[in-house]
Amino acid sequence: MKYIDYYKVLGVKKNASQKEIKNAYKKLARKYHPDLNPGDAAAEKKFKEINEANVVLGNPENRKKYDKYGKDWEHAEEFEKAQKQRQQQGARWSGGGGTYSDFSESDFSDFFSSMFGGGFSGASAGGGRSRRFRGQDYNAELHLDIKDVYKTHKRTLTVNGKNIRLTIPAGVKNGQTIKIKGHGGKGVNGGPNGDLYIKFAITNNTRFKRDGDNLYTTIDLNLYTAILGGEVTIDTFSGKVKLKIKPETQNETKVKLKGKGFPVYKKEGKFGDLFVTFKIKIPTGLSAKEKELFKELAKLR
Amino acid sequence: METKYYIPLGQLCKYYQVEVSFFDELDDVGLIEIATIGEAPSLHEDAINRVEKMIRLHRELDVNAEGIDVIFNLMDKVKMLQEQLNALQERLKLYE
Repeated sequence: MKYIDYYKVLGVKKNASQKEIKNAYKKLARKYHPDLNPGDAAAEKKFKEINEANVVLGNPENRKKYDKYGKDWEHAEEFEKAQKQRQQQGARWSGGGGTYSDFSESDFSDFFSSMFGGGFSGASAGGGRSRRFRGQDYNAELHLDIKDVYKTHKRTLTVNGKNIRLTIPAGVKNGQTIKIKGHGGKGVNGGPNGDLYIKFAITNNTRFKRDGDNLYTTIDLNLYTAILGGEVTIDTFSGKVKLKIKPETQNETKVKLKGKGFPVYKKEGKFGDLFVTFKIKIPTGLSAKEKELFKELAKLR
Repeated sequence: METKYYIPLGQLCKYYQVEVSFFDELDDVGLIEIATIGEAPSLHEDAINRVEKMIRLHRELDVNAEGIDVIFNLMDKVKMLQEQLNALQERLKLYE
């Protein structure tokens, strides 16, 4: 367990007035408030820290106790005495006021709990506590392989102990979030349920790069097919196709295979395109005969 | 799940311990739409998520209705930019 310097957390001096502490807390709260930093875990952590600091320093009684025993944190004896005293006093703590609404006991650090006891709950934390009526939103992340989202499929997820059967439409994008209405936390007093947000993290280890609905790939082409033309068989996401190569095809030539890309999200039967880039392979390790023939060719130019 | 589409403001005020005037202010700046169901001014349940956010911003950060409107506009912009950034990062993978 680590000693927490609450003055440092709020960036105030040890002799700061209650007003200075309040202002420092408010200023930091405006910066790190979770509603202003959605999905930002670092900001959320910081917000919890400043709230805890405010609960301690924002209340003169708590602050006095912290000042007295907090600095001697490393002296176990002192601390034990403080703990004993706390027990005798029946662990009565009052809140700093105006603390964040979703603050619960588990949001406090071990340091806080051991000094101020576990009897401190969000309910007592504050004057201006806002209640929730609607259930909380849940956030989940679903890791899928790109092959999984090439076709629409059903999947059962377990979110907070409940099974949810879900249809995952083909063409879901990496980083995309979908909302499942009403599958979040239960509302309070008949309030509406929260929603479930599922963010997709899609890994792609195929030789196809994906940009939206389009796929990109490169194909090696031997020099002679590139010059004389011909036919090659290439892999697409859905299988092999034969491709005609025009004579005198240049290196880095790009061809578009219409409808051979990725399925378009929620547009059944519609597909993006596949772009194939040809990389012409120059033969190496030429025999004397080959060299001779190339020289002859060079002379003709 | 019990389905309730509209929730009377009176009930919300009691629950959140806010004045009706706060909802009026939000209505004035166009952040919410108060519907009259029967006799009672009410809010659609789909608005509750945003309203709870507004109440938190008001209560915990002392932001008034106009300020909340500004915050919501900026947050929408941030969200849009984040989506664009995400799309651009995906596109960058083409060149890796």
